[in-house]
Amino acid sequence: MENFNYHRPATTAAAVAMLKKAKDGKYMAGGHTLLPTMKQGLAAPTDIVDLTAIKDFSGIKVSKTAVSIKAGTTHMEVATSKDIKKVIPALWEMAGKIGGVHVRNKGTIGGSIANADPAADYPSACLGLGATIETNKRKIEADKFFTGMFETALKDGEIITAVHFPIPKKSAHQKFPNPASRYALTGVFMSQDAKGKVRVGVTGAAASAFRATDLEAALSKDFSAKAIAGVKIKPNGLLTDMHATAAYRAHLISVLAGRAVAAAK
Amino acid sequence: MSAVKMKINGKAVSGEVESRTLLVEFIREHQGLTGTHVGCDTSQCGACVVHVNGKAIKSCTTLAVACEGADVTTIEGLAKGTDLHAMQAAFKEHHGLQCGFCTPGMIMSAIDIVKRNGKNVSEDVIRRELSGNICRCTGYHNIVKAVQAGAQNM
Repeated sequence: MENFNYHRPATTAAAVAMLKKAKDGKYMAGGHTLLPTMKQGLAAPTDIVDLTAIKDFSGIKVSKTAVSIKAGTTHMEVATSKDIKKVIPALWEMAGKIGGVHVRNKGTIGGSIANADPAADYPSACLGLGATIETNKRKIEADKFFTGMFETALKDGEIITAVHFPIPKKSAHQKFPNPASRYALTGVFMSQDAKGKVRVGVTGAAASAFRATDLEAALSKDFSAKAIAGVKIKPNGLLTDMHATAAYRAHLISVLAGRAVAAAK
Repeated sequence: MSAVKMKINGKAVSGEVESRTLLVEFIREHQGLTGTHVGCDTSQCGACVVHVNGKAIKSCTTLAVACEGADVTTIEGLAKGTDLHAMQAAFKEHHGLQCGFCTPGMIMSAIDIVKRNGKNVSEDVIRRELSGNICRCTGYHNIVKAVQAGAQNM
């Protein structure tokens, strides 16, 4: 790993200023994507701005209508939050399936979303619940946030500060983990709101997480596995790699969505 | 280079490190505590697991400079003299190892699993929560047995 200048600011404003001064700087939270990438020589930033010492950068707040999770909150904190389990059990369950214990102890919600790995779990939850991503500058709807493979709507230097998830009537998360890496080969996060409107976020299947709108339309009319039995997911635009073909991933979306409907609570 | 101070196994230590120095390098190369192992360079194997401020983490994916002021426990911090920690004794008793390379990380993870899940932690939870620790010899059966037995004696 190449050497770099290390900064550990106490405020978001200081972090922004430090990154701006750096030649090729990177923010880091849990570091569980950035450090392995640097160890492989695939990234060599001149500066790392460690966000973990920023005051009030982590924490969970549950109101009557939403779960708000600050950006530096670890997956372990979400996976052990009884408050989240009560109102969005699928989100609680999903956080407990990210990586292993050690990864969950370090990895953060903000880091996962900012990195936008095509197989990360949180992007599907953001889309499947209709989350709002708050930064030091603005609020961005999840639907407009994930723009491509490792690409987001974040501008240079912008820092995610919190993610707000509306509390649905029902939700479910289903993933088919890659047997080796445990990353989602395909994952589905589904929710139904009080009016019966359904959202289906999919991860692992394409360059970026996306909403399965055909499934949403069918399930918004009739929330049953039968309603989507006839909905065929097109493999066009889905990923083919050494792990699975686009057609296989398309099939997984259907199967996982069916399981999610059955498991939704 | 920057100065870093932390506590390892109850002892105050300090050193000069580069920003890129990993915690595991600080532990092994600067402090000479070679019980913590490095089995991969992709953050997957878990041989390097230590406890930092009470949490089990991979010391190969943590910067030493970021551990300023931290309280670190490594495999060397478990035994009291010649008396093995209950989990170490259980791994020995139940033959929870073959080559032993992954064992330091396994034991650090096992203790963390029992601390969070209690002494009657189920086999299913143990297997799931050991997913970040890879053993290429044992097939895991004796490791799981050892964790269950060690849990009872912790």
